[in-house]
Amino acid sequence: MVKAIAKKKSNTIKLNFDTSWSYAPAPESKSAATINKQYDLFINGEWQKPLSKKYFDTINPATEEKLSEVAEAGVADVDKAVKAARNAYDKVWKKMPAKERAKYIFRIARIMQEKARELAVIETLDGGKPIKESRDFDVPTAANHLFYYAGWADKLEYAFPNRRTESLGVAGQITPWNFPLLMAAWKIAPALATGNTVVLKPAETTSLTTLKLAEIIQEADLPPGVVNIITGAGETGAAIVNHADINKIAFTGSTHVGKIIQRAIAGTNKKATLELGGKAANIIFEDAPIDQAVEGVVNAIFFNQGHVCCAGSRLYVQESVAKEVIRKLRDRMQSLIVGDPMDKNTDIGAINSKEQLHIIQKYIAIGKKEGAEMYESSCALPSKGFWCRPTIFSNVAQSNRIAQEEIFGPVLSILTFRTDDEVIEKANNSPYGLSAGVWTDKGSKIFNMTKRMRAGVVWANTFNKFDPTSPFGGYKESGFGREGGLHGLLPYLNLIN
Amino acid sequence: MVSGSLTMLSDLPDRQAGFSLSPRIDQVGVEERASRFTKRSIKKESKLNGLKLVLNMIDLTTLEGKDTAGKVKQLCYKAMHPHDSYPGLPTVAAICVYPSMVKVAKKALGDSGIKIASVATAFPGGQAPKDVKIRDTKYAVHEGADEVDMVISRGKFHAGEYNFVFDEIAAIKEACGEARLKVILETGELGTFDKVRRASDIAMHAGADFIKTSTGKIAPAATMPVTLVMLEAIRDFYYKTGRMIGMKPAGGISKSKLALHYLVMVKEVLGEDWLNNHWFRFGASSLANDVLMQIMKEKTGVYQSANYFSVD
Repeated sequence: MVKAIAKKKSNTIKLNFDTSWSYAPAPESKSAATINKQYDLFINGEWQKPLSKKYFDTINPATEEKLSEVAEAGVADVDKAVKAARNAYDKVWKKMPAKERAKYIFRIARIMQEKARELAVIETLDGGKPIKESRDFDVPTAANHLFYYAGWADKLEYAFPNRRTESLGVAGQITPWNFPLLMAAWKIAPALATGNTVVLKPAETTSLTTLKLAEIIQEADLPPGVVNIITGAGETGAAIVNHADINKIAFTGSTHVGKIIQRAIAGTNKKATLELGGKAANIIFEDAPIDQAVEGVVNAIFFNQGHVCCAGSRLYVQESVAKEVIRKLRDRMQSLIVGDPMDKNTDIGAINSKEQLHIIQKYIAIGKKEGAEMYESSCALPSKGFWCRPTIFSNVAQSNRIAQEEIFGPVLSILTFRTDDEVIEKANNSPYGLSAGVWTDKGSKIFNMTKRMRAGVVWANTFNKFDPTSPFGGYKESGFGREGGLHGLLPYLNLIN
Repeated sequence: MVSGSLTMLSDLPDRQAGFSLSPRIDQVGVEERASRFTKRSIKKESKLNGLKLVLNMIDLTTLEGKDTAGKVKQLCYKAMHPHDSYPGLPTVAAICVYPSMVKVAKKALGDSGIKIASVATAFPGGQAPKDVKIRDTKYAVHEGADEVDMVISRGKFHAGEYNFVFDEIAAIKEACGEARLKVILETGELGTFDKVRRASDIAMHAGADFIKTSTGKIAPAATMPVTLVMLEAIRDFYYKTGRMIGMKPAGGISKSKLALHYLVMVKEVLGEDWLNNHWFRFGASSLANDVLMQIMKEKTGVYQSANYFSVD
């Protein structure tokens, strides 16, 4: 084992992460979850066959195996769900004392905690994200969100002093495929706490945990019709958006679809919150704690395979430390474990769908063509399923498409800058404005940056931190309205004198 | 082995200013990263192989005022024969004793290949004049120590006298001759990660072969975040100079599971070249028995009573 002192020339210095001591597989058990062969629509507190009579498959993106099939709600199904929600609103939920409403939300949160392991397993099987993340992030954060808003239900007069609040009615909610259960919790919790009823549609590739949530809601004895969960793709979503008896639309997804929704509800009374795409600037100054910043970059772009609307996908590094940052980032990428999402040691799981993989691959090809320097980690990939190695592009220019457009995958574009003013201008030079990050040891610089950055969330010396008490939402084409915190109540209320 | 240290001086015309510019460390970030290593699941053969590696990296230690030749001899036997009912187990890396016990250990260990580490330089306080520290070091080496574990002058360090600390380490390194020098920072007395990093940089530039967290006499001793900061300092130094430096967390690591977390950290920060006892050590007195107990559990499938493992 003893080796001679290594004294090498600087150009050959390299760390070797291909170690003789490696981790044995540590897979979480699939048997921790029950997945039905087929799921119907959850309307009025019961499972109903779709009037459309149609079902579609949902697969495990890590193996391409079919997990289940779920109902495709047509226009008539949507109408049925909205009617159930309206009826529950008028007859039960609107009249119920707020503290009673809160009890139901608390109960849902508690059952969610009890079933945390099962929910985590299903989230990972259906969406491809590492079990480590669904277990330690998605499920607990979702439960926390419900607990937090349950607390607000009977305290709205303190949230908005000297104002009376009034619920809106029926909320139509459409969630994305990157954090299915968490986004369902983000949408349902404030809606119920403020006294609204809900028709919610999860994304078509990842319906299963939301359907499991429907089972939890049933178990919690929530009055029938208060939450209705219907499944389907874009057309189902359109039917929700266009339904005349819906008072509010809450949508999280692409900017493209967000614009369609905006057009569709123009001229109606519907309120809306849209949480859309992003191309977040993550800025490292030369005085930053570099090793922690590198870890923050990893967390910013490789968390959930980069399927994160607020992902730090544009990295701005001050030129004097750019070489060091990139070297450290490359080393760090070598120790990222890519593969079976069910393995507890996996850091990067499967890409959510074949379609998304194609989009990512398209952008990687564009980046190469644009002349940026590409580096990907050298890990082996499984033969079946949808995979993408963690990838970084350096020598990227502001005018490159990979620096401007949302890739929504584990692909980072690295740009350099010289001065504070320059980087603020470049960071704000984007149609998006959802989030940003600043890394510096200097407090005054943090305040200067956060003040001038046009982004809904700015993280200082950290990234991708979420808390139910903190509002989240965008500027510009990243959408409008806030979810989370006290601010997250407002989109579900009318304030009256 | 002595090479690096003196040539390094020319890289640093103003050492004092240089070390105050050591990279900054963000406490929250380091602690988060360190806790992430503990999420790795170590099972089956990777657990067994890891445990054997840990055993082979231990500096089996006794540093008490009441140490006697008898006690040290027993410890040496344990070092060579950790658990004879499991044939083929590796030995520990070294035993670590006071200078006055080096000769006893040397005789007891014979040609087993197990190293003898001796603390020196007025361990653990280090509050003695330089010439006393040098004599202490020379005595330990003369008695047969293969490795010297020195303490830095924390008082001088806190007072900002980095040149003093640097020069002292360099002088001890010279006194070590062929013996490898481990420099104990006593991180529990340094207070911040920024200072841990700065002390690491001073020690490495001054000629340390190893940097070590603690004497074991001060709480907190080794922690994962502190060790991470030091491993990252070693990595940066390696990239800068091409010289490998060893790492020894000491004190507070008594359970196998924690030791495996440290191994994960070494693997993911420095990689293969450091995953052996020439470059990584655990300073511990009670860790060995817990590792043996876990190894027996992996072999037999059941835990055995602590009574089956010798207490030394």
